[in-house]
Amino acid sequence: MSSWFENVVTVCLIVNCLSVLLLVYRVVWGPSSADRAVAIDTIGINLIAITALVSIRLNTIDLHDVILLIGILTFIATVAIAKFLDRGVLIDRDRN
Amino acid sequence: MFLYYIALPFIAAFLLFLFSRSLSKTFHTGWLVAIVPFVLFILFLTNSSEISEGQPVASLTNWIPSMGIQLSFYLDGLSLLFTLLITGIGFLVVLYSVFYLSKKENLIHFYIYLLLFMGSMLGLVMSDNLFVLYTFWEFTSISSFLLIGFWSHRARSVYGALKSMMITVFGGLCMLGGFLLLWVATDTTSIREIISQKEELMASPLFMPILLLVLLGAFSKSAQFPFHTWLPDAMEAPTPVSAYLHSATMVKAGIYLVARLSLLFSGSDLFFLCVSGFGLVTLCWGSFMAVRQTDLKGILAFSTISQLGMIMSMLGFGSEAAIFAAVFHIFNHATFKGSLFMVAGIVDHETGTRDIRKLGGLMTFMPITATLAFFGTFSMAGFPLPIFNGFLSKEMFFDASLQTASPSGLARQTAPLFPYLAVLGSIFTFVYSMYLFFGTFRGKVQLHQLEKKPHEAPFGMLIPPFLLVCFIVVIGVLPNLINERLLAPAAGAIAGNSIHIHVAFWHGIKPPLIMSLIVVTAGALLFVFKRYWEIIYRYLPGKLSADKAYQAFLNRLLRAAKKITGSYMTGSLSLYLAIIVLFLVCVTAGMMAVTGGFAFSTADLSPVKWPEVITGVSMLIAAVATIFMKRRIAAVIVIGVVGYGLSLLFVLFRAPDLALTQLIIETVTVVLFLLCFSHLPVMKPNSKPLRSRVADVLISLAAGTLITLVAISSHSSKWFQPISDYFVKTSYSLGGGKNIVNVILVDFRGLDTMFEITVLGLAALGIYGMIKIRLRKKGGMEQ
Repeated sequence: MSSWFENVVTVCLIVNCLSVLLLVYRVVWGPSSADRAVAIDTIGINLIAITALVSIRLNTIDLHDVILLIGILTFIATVAIAKFLDRGVLIDRDRN
Repeated sequence: MFLYYIALPFIAAFLLFLFSRSLSKTFHTGWLVAIVPFVLFILFLTNSSEISEGQPVASLTNWIPSMGIQLSFYLDGLSLLFTLLITGIGFLVVLYSVFYLSKKENLIHFYIYLLLFMGSMLGLVMSDNLFVLYTFWEFTSISSFLLIGFWSHRARSVYGALKSMMITVFGGLCMLGGFLLLWVATDTTSIREIISQKEELMASPLFMPILLLVLLGAFSKSAQFPFHTWLPDAMEAPTPVSAYLHSATMVKAGIYLVARLSLLFSGSDLFFLCVSGFGLVTLCWGSFMAVRQTDLKGILAFSTISQLGMIMSMLGFGSEAAIFAAVFHIFNHATFKGSLFMVAGIVDHETGTRDIRKLGGLMTFMPITATLAFFGTFSMAGFPLPIFNGFLSKEMFFDASLQTASPSGLARQTAPLFPYLAVLGSIFTFVYSMYLFFGTFRGKVQLHQLEKKPHEAPFGMLIPPFLLVCFIVVIGVLPNLINERLLAPAAGAIAGNSIHIHVAFWHGIKPPLIMSLIVVTAGALLFVFKRYWEIIYRYLPGKLSADKAYQAFLNRLLRAAKKITGSYMTGSLSLYLAIIVLFLVCVTAGMMAVTGGFAFSTADLSPVKWPEVITGVSMLIAAVATIFMKRRIAAVIVIGVVGYGLSLLFVLFRAPDLALTQLIIETVTVVLFLLCFSHLPVMKPNSKPLRSRVADVLISLAAGTLITLVAISSHSSKWFQPISDYFVKTSYSLGGGKNIVNVILVDFRGLDTMFEITVLGLAALGIYGMIKIRLRKKGGMEQ
């Protein structure tokens, strides 16, 4: 791996981490819960990017499972939060 | 051999229990029971000739050989005197109880308790082993508790039983402490061997605690001041029990203990001061308080207290004459006090009351009882006539108080006080004895006050006190009859060398006789003018009584216990948590500080990279921010950042399996939180006062700091090679897998995994159970 590629990866990594940090601002000080939910979903997306970059840097394929999983799980978590914010419960008892 | 003697009452009690149903109701169970003490009395009497020749008999059976505890029994003069008293008076008391207790009572229980008591008392006075002695000591406490509370439907009985139990068991436990120290100091449990090591023990620093603890046990059992308060309350027991336990036998267990160990302790100033001092105080206080009582048994109880104090003080004097007098008075007291209790029981039985204010003039109705009481009371008072054995021992007591063993220091200065105290106590003894006799049998008859028309007691009831009174008179006339056979060996066993004192009624006009005359004159005057000075009782005991002290102590104890428990068992989980964390912090930090466990080294640190720093900062911000969230959903989302950050750290530190698991758990946790939110009430702002909030902050900061320091220290001190190299090397060759984490989880350390699975399974079952059971209950309520 050439050194400029490695530098690019490192810079991307740091930029992604900084964006996580900025998203933390939105999560903590976000005026509404919906803001927070969107922010944490975005943090999940950033996690995918960071994990991919790390696996490039480590030159490994072992982390690919993690990438897929984050994609699924952030979706589930976001849906769950969204449903909670919308209705107040996750599982409706009466389905008709 | 002696093991069977002692076992006999226990076996008899067991047989009584086995055949309790088949015993016919036509005859009184007591007739059967009376055989046991009678046989034992004869058996012990056959041993007496050997012992009077100075040849003690011993028998030994192994019990717990690994601890050197043997059932070692030993019969010397002192034990013989006590065994004869226990079995002899035991026989008379059983005989008396046949006529006293009706067949409607729960006789089986009564006699089982009585036999248990008799057996344990025999064991107590014959044990040569400290711990066997202690075992029997507690047996007597328990059986006495059962006997006092025999009429358990009466509140006073239950109170008296509980009180006597508390006080005597308190003393017994102190005594056990003393015995353990004795064992530590001498490395033997045999009393004879301990006494042979007297010199070393006297020099040992443990001597004083041993002495005080053992005396505490003896004083509480023998109702010495200030532990005497249980004895008057124990008078709620049936009268045969009072006559047996609380005059002749159990209350003399403490006397026996002091006598038995006086070879060990004598010569020490502390022993002299404690035993004679407390003995004399008990003598005076007991006799003073006895005059005030209105219940016949109350008078006798305080009289027992004072006579026990007298015996105790003589043991403390320590001279040969004093020890002989003590032994003589043990015997005499058992005879006249036993007969007096039986007389009180007869009066109670035939008139329906024991209140001396309602009694009077019974002499014409019950001439035999009155005669018996006459001998008992005048012997107790020490009236100078040669037909009362009490006079002989009382005079020997005065003699002994004048010639105390030559002590030193403080003891020498207090010794001259003793004769005055002795006379003072004896004057009141005279007063209450006269009061007891004349108040009951002379004066005006108050028939309307009595529940029954008084008449003479049945013949069988009169025989036991009559036999005891025979002893009073025979010993009074011929005091040397039992001297060589019984008293001299007993006194010899206490003093360690043979004592031969010729008891005589007439000594010539010497100080003891003058003291006796003073007692009689002053006592008679005080008795005649009793109603003029009785007012003193309003001031002198006043609010100062041992009973009130006991009550106040118990109340304070209960109140303090409630207060202490109430102060921290508030039901507030946050308080408990604060206490647990604070305790953890204090103990860990204290331990680390004491052992110098804090360490800091930068040798092993790896370089820090930017992504890790930024992730860490994000997590830190989110973690702190969680605390300030106003709504639950916000808090969950913010804490989610910490979870995601953690999984990111796992990725950065190259732990893909952990990252996977962490992500799943994080998401599941968020979902679970959201599931249960709909059941929770609206989150309220923290309503705690500012002070406890500051305390919470400080405690949590301390805990966090401590954990951080521990983590740093444990990283800084690497004492052994890590084991991970082995796993890296052998994960494929031994485990057949390249994923080292998974090979460890299911192969190298598979057992852990199995139980983690069990935990999860149990948690799932638990949740299922909780939900289902709740639903079913709800359904049941609807129906």
